[in-house]
Amino acid sequence: MKSRKRRKGILPYLIRALFFRKATAKIGIYGPPNAGKTTLANRIVHTFVDENEDVGVPSEVPHETRRAVRRGGILIDLKSMSVQNPNPNSTPKSNSRRGKAKLKLDVVDTPGLATKIDFHEFMAYGLEEEEAKRRAKEATEGVIEAIKWLDDIDGVVLLMDSTEDPYTQTNIVIIGNMEARGIPVIIAANKIDLVDAFPQRIMNAFPQHTVIPISALKGENMEGLYEEIARRFR
Amino acid sequence: MDIKMDLISEDKINSMSSMEKLRFVLDGVKSGNIVVLEGGLTSEEQMKLIELTMTEVNEDFPGIEMSGYPSKKSFLNIRRQARLTVIGPAKTMRTIKKERDLISAVISAI
Repeated sequence: MKSRKRRKGILPYLIRALFFRKATAKIGIYGPPNAGKTTLANRIVHTFVDENEDVGVPSEVPHETRRAVRRGGILIDLKSMSVQNPNPNSTPKSNSRRGKAKLKLDVVDTPGLATKIDFHEFMAYGLEEEEAKRRAKEATEGVIEAIKWLDDIDGVVLLMDSTEDPYTQTNIVIIGNMEARGIPVIIAANKIDLVDAFPQRIMNAFPQHTVIPISALKGENMEGLYEEIARRFR
Repeated sequence: MDIKMDLISEDKINSMSSMEKLRFVLDGVKSGNIVVLEGGLTSEEQMKLIELTMTEVNEDFPGIEMSGYPSKKSFLNIRRQARLTVIGPAKTMRTIKKERDLISAVISAI
C-alpha cells in the first residue's frame, strides 16, 4: 500500500477540494469493533454492484475483520437513477432511487479501532486459548493497519452503535484526527432497528457533525446515507 | 496492592517531542501506573499512542484505557488546544462515565 502523508489543516483541504478533486473518492468505514462496518460495506456493494458479492463476513465475535479490505470502482449515480456495475461478470441491481449527485467510490472496510485487545474476551465466545491468542495478535495488527489507512483516504464514514454510549475515547480520537487532517466525516448511527437504539444520543454527543441514523443490516434509511456520501465526498 | 499515579505537568510534557511523550506515557502505563497529563495529548498523538500500544500488546499487557477531554479550538478555530488526558493499564483502569467535561474512572488493583 502506497502511503501518502497529508499536510494538516483546512487550507490543504480547500486546495484539494477546489483544484484537485479526484475522479474516485476513497472512503474508509471506521468505528469500534462490532459497530457493523462489514455489514455496511456489504450493504453498499449489494446495492450498487452485486447482491451476491460480499466484502467480508460479519460476525458477533469482535475483530472478525483483521485486515482492511478495499472494494474499488463502485459507481453511484443517484441523479439519473441508474447504478453502473464495474464488474461486467456480475449482475447489476436496478435502483429506482432519485438522488442529487453521482460519485465513484472505493470503499475500504477497516478493522475495528480499540485501545485494548484481551485474548480472554475471545475465549468468552468459545474460542480455544491458542486460537484466541492468535486472533488477538492479528487484531492488534488490524488496528495498526486501520490507522495507517487514514493517510490514504478522502473521507470517513464513522459507524457507531446506536445502542451503545457513543462518547468513547476511540470515537473522539477518530473525529479529532479527521478534523485535524481536514478529511470530511459522516457519522452513521447504526443498528436503529434494535429496540434499545437511541441515535439521538450520538447526535447530542457530536452536534458539530452530520449524523445519519441507519440500519445497515435491515437497509433502513440507507438512501439518506448514500445521498450524504454523494454530497460530502464528491 | 498500591497503584502509583503520575501527574505530569504541562511544562514537562511540552519539553518533550511527540515520540518522547508517547514513550514516556506507555512505559509508565506498562509499569502499572496511571498517567495524568496536564494539557493532554492531541488527537494525533492519541492515535499514535494507540498504534504504539498495539505493537506492544501481549498476554500480560492487553492495552490501555485512555480518557480525555476533547480539544478546544482557539483563535479563529485554527489551533487546537489539547486538555487533560488520563491513561492507565486496561487491566487496572476502567472508564465508567465520560462526558464532555466529566470523566469517572474506576481503578482497581488485581
